[in-house]
Amino acid sequence: MEFIKITDVEKTYPSGVTALYGLNLKIKKGDFVFIIGASGSGKSTLIKMLYREEKATQGEIIIGGVNVGKLKNGKVYKLRRKLGIVFQDFKLLPKLTVYENVAFVLEMFGYDKSEIRAKTLKALDLVGLKEKVKSYPSELSGGEQQRVAIARAIVNAPKLLICDEPTGNLDPDISLEIMKVLEVINNLGTTVIVVTHDRDVVNKMKKRVILLDKGKLKKDFEKGTYDKNEKF
Amino acid sequence: MIKMKNFRILVRNIRDGFKNVVRNFSLSFASISCITVTLVLVAVAIVGSLNVENFTKIIRDDFTIVTYIKSGSDEDKISKIKTDIEKLNNIESITFDSKTDIAERMKQESEVFNNIMSSWSASENPLYDTYLVKVKDSEKISKTAEQIKKIDGVEMVKYGEGMIDSLISIFKIIEKILIVIVISLIVVTAFLIINTIKITIFSRQEEIEIKRLVGASNFSIKQPFVIEGLLIGLIGSIIPILVTIYGYVALYDKTGGKIFSQFIRLIKPFPFVFEVSGVLVVIGIIVGMIGSSSAVRKYLKI
Repeated sequence: MEFIKITDVEKTYPSGVTALYGLNLKIKKGDFVFIIGASGSGKSTLIKMLYREEKATQGEIIIGGVNVGKLKNGKVYKLRRKLGIVFQDFKLLPKLTVYENVAFVLEMFGYDKSEIRAKTLKALDLVGLKEKVKSYPSELSGGEQQRVAIARAIVNAPKLLICDEPTGNLDPDISLEIMKVLEVINNLGTTVIVVTHDRDVVNKMKKRVILLDKGKLKKDFEKGTYDKNEKF
Repeated sequence: MIKMKNFRILVRNIRDGFKNVVRNFSLSFASISCITVTLVLVAVAIVGSLNVENFTKIIRDDFTIVTYIKSGSDEDKISKIKTDIEKLNNIESITFDSKTDIAERMKQESEVFNNIMSSWSASENPLYDTYLVKVKDSEKISKTAEQIKKIDGVEMVKYGEGMIDSLISIFKIIEKILIVIVISLIVVTAFLIINTIKITIFSRQEEIEIKRLVGASNFSIKQPFVIEGLLIGLIGSIIPILVTIYGYVALYDKTGGKIFSQFIRLIKPFPFVFEVSGVLVVIGIIVGMIGSSSAVRKYLKI
């Protein structure tokens, strides 16, 4: 059963630049997918369309039965509540502690205090940061900050976790650690999509790899690797 | 259950609104002073225009056509004149003022008059019996006076004529100018506040962006900012209210409520100052809320 179905999607920005052409893609529930490609290959555009920061110019994107392109701007939050998003630059609030950075999402959704506490601690435990709840982001290493961001993304138990270059700012060792965390989350049943151009990470994980090139789907491997001979 | 959730979200947003005013105090302070300064001006303009309106009303109420009745008219004649006047449009009230009463008042007013007039007998009284006619519409007073003059038995009519007319039209112009000032001040404040709050929100773009990305509805992002705007408006109206209350009471006490002349009186300070204060709070709150909500709008995709 497909969880995400992308049909004939094309995206042209108002500037006239076309980032994606006629893309067709299916992602199953519980998959772990890498989307790779050089800069300008359209991978960022693709995932931005998944969380509806951008709208496809043509074609259809359906996530869990919801036609994302048809969502009104005012209703986008309903989609986002079912997703978790992790960014390259973490996007943590500097004035909040680790705990608060994760808990504020649930607070905004109106959960009661004990529920917020239980879910927040569970998420922080999963990413291995239970000891740092009272620290501020500035007191953490890059890898730890990214793990806080992951905890925030999964705290509301999303069906889909989207990661945009999650290891782009991190050392290779730390990157692999982050991937292991994502794998754990995937094993718990969450579909995970990771955009990256980190060769080592992709090769070590042996997951499905989707290669985009100049806005087109070039290759789609089960258990793929980053081919060194591939030209980017 | 859903209601409980919304209530918790509201409580949280009110708490955040307070927190944000305190946490970003230097920026909140800019918005608060902006509201304070303009509301003081608004207060002065409101107090001014309401008083001018009041002066106009006082003068209008005093708008009386004094109708002099020909000497030697008998009582039938006098009451006939009354019914004739009553038949005219634009008549508010008629009061009879007999020459004896007038003479009495004059005697009381001055020693000299008293000496002279005491020697007169009733028939020697050279004054006229009069009707004091008040009109409904002061703008048509000259027409009404003209009509009264034509009535049989009326010797002559007198009213404020040019002087009061021009005074009223001057007051009307002043009042209009003050209203324009009040409205434009409010509009200008609204823009100033929108811009000030936009600057303060600019530093919180990232917070708004993150909230949007984790699935906060536009409404729930806006709410704390709107509450913040409400608080800024509320705090910003404190000084203008104090200025209004103490300033106006002081002005009233110092002048005894009279300026220009005995007849042009200021509005009594209570409950007037409280009414004006109420208006100021409402303006402050509304402008603060509109300011912040339209400032956040820019950062939301709606």
